[in-house]
Amino acid sequence: MKVRIKFSKYGPMKFIGHLDVMRYFQKAIRRAGIDIAYSEGFSPHQIMSFAAPLSVGYTSEGEYFDIELRTPMEEEELQKRLQGAMVEGIDILKVQNLPESEGNAMASVQAASYLAGFRSLSFLPEDWEDRLLAFYNTPTIPVNKKTKRGEKEIDLKESIYRFEIREITEKCALLEAAAGHKGIYMLLNASSGGNIKPSFVMETFLAAIGVTLPEYGLVIHRVETCKASETGEIGDWKALI
Amino acid sequence: MRKLALQDEILMQVEKPARYIGNEVNAVMKNKEEIAIRFAMCFPDVYEIGMSHLGIQILYDMLNGFEDVWCERVYSPWVDLDQIMRKEKIPLFALESQDPIKNFDFLGITIQYEMCYTNILQILDLSGIPLMAKDRTEADPIVIGGGPCTYNPEPFCDFFDLIYIGEGETRYRELLDLYLSCKNGNKSRKSFLEAAAMIPGIYVPSLYEVTYKEDGTIAERIPLVPGIPAVIAKEMVREISQSCYPKKPVVPFIKVTQDRVVLEIQRGCIRGCRFCQAGQLYRPVRERDLEMLEQYAVEMLDNTGHEEISLSSLSSSDYSKLPELLDFLIEKCNEKRINISLPSLRIDAFSLDVMNKVQDVKKSSLTFAPEAGSQRLRNVINKGLTKEVILEGAKMAFEGGWTRVKLYFMLGLPFETSEDIREIGELCNEIAALFYDTVPKEKRTSRIQIVASTSFFVPKPFTPFQWAPQNTKEDFLEKAYQTKQSIISQLNQKSIKYNWHEADASVMEGIFARGDRRLNQVILRAYQKSCMYDAWSEYYHNDVWLKTFEECGVDPDFYTIRQREETEIFPWDFIDCGVTRQFLLREWHRAQQAVVTPNCRMACQGCGAGRYQTGVCLERKGQEQ
Repeated sequence: MKVRIKFSKYGPMKFIGHLDVMRYFQKAIRRAGIDIAYSEGFSPHQIMSFAAPLSVGYTSEGEYFDIELRTPMEEEELQKRLQGAMVEGIDILKVQNLPESEGNAMASVQAASYLAGFRSLSFLPEDWEDRLLAFYNTPTIPVNKKTKRGEKEIDLKESIYRFEIREITEKCALLEAAAGHKGIYMLLNASSGGNIKPSFVMETFLAAIGVTLPEYGLVIHRVETCKASETGEIGDWKALI
Repeated sequence: MRKLALQDEILMQVEKPARYIGNEVNAVMKNKEEIAIRFAMCFPDVYEIGMSHLGIQILYDMLNGFEDVWCERVYSPWVDLDQIMRKEKIPLFALESQDPIKNFDFLGITIQYEMCYTNILQILDLSGIPLMAKDRTEADPIVIGGGPCTYNPEPFCDFFDLIYIGEGETRYRELLDLYLSCKNGNKSRKSFLEAAAMIPGIYVPSLYEVTYKEDGTIAERIPLVPGIPAVIAKEMVREISQSCYPKKPVVPFIKVTQDRVVLEIQRGCIRGCRFCQAGQLYRPVRERDLEMLEQYAVEMLDNTGHEEISLSSLSSSDYSKLPELLDFLIEKCNEKRINISLPSLRIDAFSLDVMNKVQDVKKSSLTFAPEAGSQRLRNVINKGLTKEVILEGAKMAFEGGWTRVKLYFMLGLPFETSEDIREIGELCNEIAALFYDTVPKEKRTSRIQIVASTSFFVPKPFTPFQWAPQNTKEDFLEKAYQTKQSIISQLNQKSIKYNWHEADASVMEGIFARGDRRLNQVILRAYQKSCMYDAWSEYYHNDVWLKTFEECGVDPDFYTIRQREETEIFPWDFIDCGVTRQFLLREWHRAQQAVVTPNCRMACQGCGAGRYQTGVCLERKGQEQ
């Protein structure tokens, strides 16, 4: 039985890197007594696949991974048990059994949405919002993107599906460092072939309007990880579960 | 939500921020309003090393078991954060509460190896606690040391208010109660320390004075307060199966050195190798009950989610119920897909069979520790392992498909000759040749790989070799060269790889190991010149150390290469470690004659540990090898 698990990551846990989060969940699943399936072979490992790695320092309320169960379990029961094995800073938000036909979490990912805020607005010009939006409205944004095989030129615009200025309210408690300021909401390509980091977008945009970002000046929060819809319309994209 | 002591900007720029955030599974959180004593337990090295240490996990569990105590952890900030903390004046904090150490009642520091002495000062300094105990005030925490190096606490005794000699399980409650009654009765720090000196196992360095003879050796130790003991006897757990042991050890987020459940199956060792300090300090050997170990293994695995369990002891093969324990673990672990790791096993038919069962197809390398190349020198050090046993074990292993062998040796052992060193190469060669004789050509999957490693011998207090002169750096390097020559002159030299340790640090370790109170000023001064993390070769500055010794007018050779008289008063002689000086001297004489001494199960040697009336001392002797 294939199960998809959605979780959040915040507080001190944002400093735990992707590989350590995977190790954390492997141990948590043992502590929770969940009967997970193991791979065959000389050194069997838990069948577990994560959707999209999150950079160290980011918070998120839209993280996902899939596991394969040896013995099926009620969704609520699994969520309760796994939540019981969590530390502060990671919560199990949702658990859903998947039909066998469902592709694995990583392959399904099409896009991810983020909120980016500033620790301080003092280094920004008054009209930064308009200038950023104006830059976004230019027809193409050619950039050099680092890939495994070196650099290649891409049109960044094609990978940015939405770019809006939003108020970061108290409700976004996970982004406390930027609360009360305006920030940027963006929906970016997060597919395995075309993933774009929100920090890269911000750096490019700010450079374009002549602003140098102070080191660690940004705070970034992943809002959701999305899969494509059959219609292909961006508006139809949905959360992974 | 907990507020972290370090800001995001700082955590984002240091390596592995997870070292500093706490919040791990099974970390103990308490309400500080309901706590009488705040205790910070420190391992003065980086998080990944400190978190792998069993002793701290035991004491953390025990102290947090007391309702009125909250014990938290603290480790050495790595050099990147160290710099930032100094620059930004950020006080060192405990991982759980993230509160400054300076506000705690106690700071406990475990001292596991000599090369961490400057890190003790780093911890005190970053905490804002005066480095010298004499400069501390009522507002400062009580700084207490423990661990194996405290069997000679004199080189660092000026930095500690108290030193706990022996196993930590026994006297903390008594000490904490005394502290509470002094605190509530508004007694001074000094009167607390004086009262603490009366608790068995507690040494208060400031209450003793040492005078020296003209030749630099100790003339006398003078207690400065009437009634305090002249000799401090080590503390020891008599009922090891009833003593506390953590069922819920802390599970780190990042990979640490010991990333597994650690089950201590016994404490102590029956072997009595003459170079080994632990083999003397933890006498007599005490086995934990099989039932206790089985129960703890299951609970610890369930509570941590670790995928591996390791049996811990000085010599696992000597645990008398090992086959039963392994049967149990193999069954449980196969069910749960958990690996069993078995360090310190003697290589024989039994252990090879077990390794086959627990390690499936992946054959790791086999490890032998002959320690010396020749049988004569192995007799000198009382290492029972013979060449026949090594070759027999290796033969069985080769037949079972193993192709990698690691061999550990020491250079600079007392009474060593160039002949002994030459035999290191010969032994390696014989093992390689045995592989080609044992495994027919068509069955060889790969060439035999032998890795021979040598370390340089450092004489330690409370061993029969405490009287032995240590080699100089030049001797060490010459011997490593001879070893290399011996190996490359062998027929099978292409199958043998040779590694040796650095000599400078071994000399320094030797100075600290048998040092006296005069080293406090040297360590302090070296620290002030920014020596730190000396156990990490990339941060060890031998030239700075040598210069500091010179400036302080302390001769390093006095501690290392000097021949010590049998009647000399050693700096550590005020400690009763359980084993008598007469026994150690007898063993020193037997070493000179290259005579082997039977182990504790074969025949009691009257070492002195019999007075504890526990462990192997209560067994009938002579049935087992």
